Amino acid sequence: MDILSLFILVPIITILALVFTKGLKQARIVSMIGSLIQFGMAINLVFAYFKERATNSDIMVFIRDVVWFKDFNIHYNIGVDGISVTLLLLTAIVVLAGVFISWKMKDLPKEFFVSLIVLSIGVYGFFISLDLFTMFVFFEIAVIPMYLLIGIWGTGPKEYSAMKLTLMLMGASAVLLVAILGIYFNSNADGGALTFNILEIAKVNIPFEVQKLFFPLTFIGFAVIGALFPFHTWSPDGHASAPTAVSMLHAGVLMKLGGYGVFRVAMYLLPEGAQYWSWFFIILATIGVIYGAFSAIKQTDLKYINAYSSVSHLGLVLFALLMLNKTAWNGAILQSLSHGFMTALFFALIGMIYERTHTRDVRKLGGLLKVIPFISAIYVIAGLASLGLPGFSGFVAEMNIFVGAFEHEDMFYRIATVVSVSAIVVTAVYILRVVGIMLMGPVVNEGFLTLEKVTWYEKLGILLLLIPIVGMGVAPLWLSDMILESLHPFIQGVL
Amino acid sequence: MNFVNIILIPLVPLAVFLLLGIFNQKIKPSVSGYIGVAGLLVSTLLSLNTAYQYFFVNGKADGVYQTFVEKTVWMNFTDTLAIDMGVQIDPISVMMLLVVSIVSLMVHIYSRGYMKGDDGYTKFFAFLSLFSFSMYGLVLATNLFQIYIFWELVGVSSYLLIGYYYTKPSAVSAAKKAFIVTRFADLGFLIGILIMGFYTGTYDFETLNNPEGSAILNWASTSFMGLSVLTWALILIFIGGAGKSAMFPLHIWLPDAMEGPTPVSALIHAATMVVAGVFLVARLFPMFYFVEEGFALNIVAYVGAFSSLFAAIIAITQTDIKRVLAFSTMSQLGYMMLALGVSGYEGHEGLGYMASMFHLFTHAMFKALLFLCAGSVIHAVHSNYLKDMGGLRKYMPITNITFLIAALAIAGVPPFAGFFSKDEILVAAFEHNKLIYFVGVFVAGLTAFYMFRIYFGIFWGKDTKYEHKPHESPISMTFPLLFLALLSIIGGFIPFSEFVTADKAGFEAHLNYPLAAIAVGVGLIGIALAWIFYKKENDLANKMVNFFGPVYQWTSDKFYFDEIYLFITKKILFDRVSAPIAKFDKKYVDGTMVGIGNKTVLTSEKIKGMQSGKVQDYAFAFIAGVVIIALVFIYLWTD
Repeated sequence: MDILSLFILVPIITILALVFTKGLKQARIVSMIGSLIQFGMAINLVFAYFKERATNSDIMVFIRDVVWFKDFNIHYNIGVDGISVTLLLLTAIVVLAGVFISWKMKDLPKEFFVSLIVLSIGVYGFFISLDLFTMFVFFEIAVIPMYLLIGIWGTGPKEYSAMKLTLMLMGASAVLLVAILGIYFNSNADGGALTFNILEIAKVNIPFEVQKLFFPLTFIGFAVIGALFPFHTWSPDGHASAPTAVSMLHAGVLMKLGGYGVFRVAMYLLPEGAQYWSWFFIILATIGVIYGAFSAIKQTDLKYINAYSSVSHLGLVLFALLMLNKTAWNGAILQSLSHGFMTALFFALIGMIYERTHTRDVRKLGGLLKVIPFISAIYVIAGLASLGLPGFSGFVAEMNIFVGAFEHEDMFYRIATVVSVSAIVVTAVYILRVVGIMLMGPVVNEGFLTLEKVTWYEKLGILLLLIPIVGMGVAPLWLSDMILESLHPFIQGVL
Repeated sequence: MNFVNIILIPLVPLAVFLLLGIFNQKIKPSVSGYIGVAGLLVSTLLSLNTAYQYFFVNGKADGVYQTFVEKTVWMNFTDTLAIDMGVQIDPISVMMLLVVSIVSLMVHIYSRGYMKGDDGYTKFFAFLSLFSFSMYGLVLATNLFQIYIFWELVGVSSYLLIGYYYTKPSAVSAAKKAFIVTRFADLGFLIGILIMGFYTGTYDFETLNNPEGSAILNWASTSFMGLSVLTWALILIFIGGAGKSAMFPLHIWLPDAMEGPTPVSALIHAATMVVAGVFLVARLFPMFYFVEEGFALNIVAYVGAFSSLFAAIIAITQTDIKRVLAFSTMSQLGYMMLALGVSGYEGHEGLGYMASMFHLFTHAMFKALLFLCAGSVIHAVHSNYLKDMGGLRKYMPITNITFLIAALAIAGVPPFAGFFSKDEILVAAFEHNKLIYFVGVFVAGLTAFYMFRIYFGIFWGKDTKYEHKPHESPISMTFPLLFLALLSIIGGFIPFSEFVTADKAGFEAHLNYPLAAIAVGVGLIGIALAWIFYKKENDLANKMVNFFGPVYQWTSDKFYFDEIYLFITKKILFDRVSAPIAKFDKKYVDGTMVGIGNKTVLTSEKIKGMQSGKVQDYAFAFIAGVVIIALVFIYLWTD
């Protein structure tokens, strides 16, 4: 068995094992073991990747190619580069942290963990696929369990939110499918056979007219899940209704499929289309960055604040991708990782606060630093990380994005850059506002004085997410160089 | 140069921060105080050693102080552009090491007494160490990005320490305000860095500041709206500096920052962090001076002069002693900025630069001393307000004497430290810009007046009836006072111009007796006026207040700048931008999506009648379809 297929196989085995478990205790132990193995594999993959890279200069390594559907030339074709390796690691960490955070899942624990792990299969598969069709299949596998997870285990208007989320993402998938088929039917432009293989298609000169037509479809198809303005509205409602671990996984990992897809498919396969359309999507992305940040100021529900903050932060990912240069792209990938850890951490903390106080309304909270100091202190740290404080991952990512974006000499792009940079101030406003109201100040509710202290599994979940944030922020060199190196073949396609 | 020793200077406080921060609950308060002091003591000794080695042993070559740099890549942007981390040793960074070390050590010692019995004692020392680490990193930075990184870190330490009494709403909002206002300024700084990096291809101070380097020589090659892009970059970077150094109109956070514990005000908001802006301009001084014939430097001069005057006027009317000191700090920072602004580059021409750094040094000592004295007073009477004080000289002799020394120093009375540095600033201003010189002299008078106003108000005047008899502070608090007082007395005799100059060559500075006499005279007039008004209780002050009427009110309300900012943020940004966006999002953006969903459901409701299940209906539809298709084909074929 090759090292990558295990990422699909281990979750499947975990699910099979889960089927035979009884009750919460068994279910969570099995899930924990499964995700721990996954986590170990992801770390191992990083080392294996470095080792392989030393001798192998192909775009993708650990390639495995099996014909899956011969008539349409569909392959189970997998492989990774530095970018997918880091995203796999992100996924493994977030899933493991999610299991810890769901340690006390009361209703239908077995079914919950099964759905959660099915979702993770989709994500793992998506990140390793090199075949458009297979990639699309995994994309759908990741999206569907969302409906169940929110609809069954959610809170508030969960049916409405689940429906909205699923329908919007399905709508995007439909657009995406059209785009993928469009690319497929033009993959013989140089006279070869029709293929879904990304690496093959990248070598083909797809006619400009075709690129112009399919780039927006591909971009929107992926970017909806990356919360592109104005298609972001599924995200606040979805997150607000979803249970904690699902929010973590969804915002932390699933939303990254958008940026990754844009980068891997839209930018790589349709570079001329990207250049033609970039100005238009830059406008949407820039609006998203600043609009999300301003919207977050006026929200009162913690999850809405975080959801709009995600719109802003992920807007920056799309913004950076559209700048079409190496530094900005590096920033986009780093921002995906950084946001993945940070937002998962935020949702975990919000879940802990909600579990204890039974409210997410900031106006009803106050003085939490006094009563739950550990959780509150971590919230402050997460907030500082989110507003781009040096020493945390967000700063590293944002600086790459801004420096890269500034390399675009066109005045229009410069203005967009300055507008996006100004989001750092607005971000500080909404973060410090929440910190000020919710954590500082006097304790507003006598009931808060008896809140339960942080538990060991919560601490574990928090540390799992916090360590990478600090690690990336303090010593970014190895990670950023690894990504830069992998970006090289991609940027050549654009130039 | 021994770089291991130098790198340890910031790393020791960092280690202390991590230790105290992570084991916050486990370490006993009594121990954590000692750990904090010990860490800073190590850094201070290393700094002193560095200064000795640099200034007296091996810093000079051919009569010019050399710059030593040791750095490593922290992150690559492109093949040529990267963020480095490292240490740069040159006269101003070594001088700043001393300033930060001495003040921080004294504040650490002082805090052991001042913060005794506080809940968050360990946390407090952790934050102080974090701040010291960041500040050391800032002054040692080798490039623009590194300085920006530590710039943000001192900002966040300041945020944490202002909000230290986090259950007090006023402290929370002051912390937030300080962070957001400086962040807004940092936005300018960051964009300035981006411009600088893009057009010069480097962030390194060494390369940027080289007068024969390509960055300075080619300043005219690209222009934007009539000015060189580098001038724009410098102006934007100066905005960042103005934010940190509380220059008008970005000063509004500094008075509120006094909500923090007083030792914090002494360390961060008087002696070290707030001078970061001055340090930044000094750090990039050759660029400021050479690019576009010093266009940006002129802006620095006028902003500094105006802030200095503006703050001195407000300081006269404040009743909270910490706020008087805060405005005084702002005013003195303006002094340093204007001195940089009027400075030249070579030899004696660079007097302003040297005077600015000199004043930075002496001001750090006597202003930290003033704050620590104020802390001692507040500790004794449990109030910040002048009205609750009076006659304290009898109860607190050491505080009284040290406060007096500091007040004389800031008023520019010889032979105290402030006299020398202030005199040189005024000489530099006199030689280059008469308008700024007159502002400077006037401010010197105001400074003497407001400082002695609070001195007499606290230690002389009416004998307030105290509930608890005030008493002198413990030795842990008075020792730093005495030590800093000593430095405020002798600090002025350091021949600064031999060590710290713009071109690093050193020159001999002499007192300019006529100008010195004028400055001292103005200062003495200020003191005399304060004597008349405030030494004994009388109603002269009230008469003056009535005489000035509304002018007094405006000044006392700080010319309503807080209200203006509040209006812009609350009324415009929150209510006119943020709220409508949030509403727009719900109503239109989301509404459209929901609308599409609803339309789909409606449409399907309408057409679901077609699936009636009756064979006749289907047969009808089938036949109709065939007929229509047939007609279409017939039409198409008959051409």
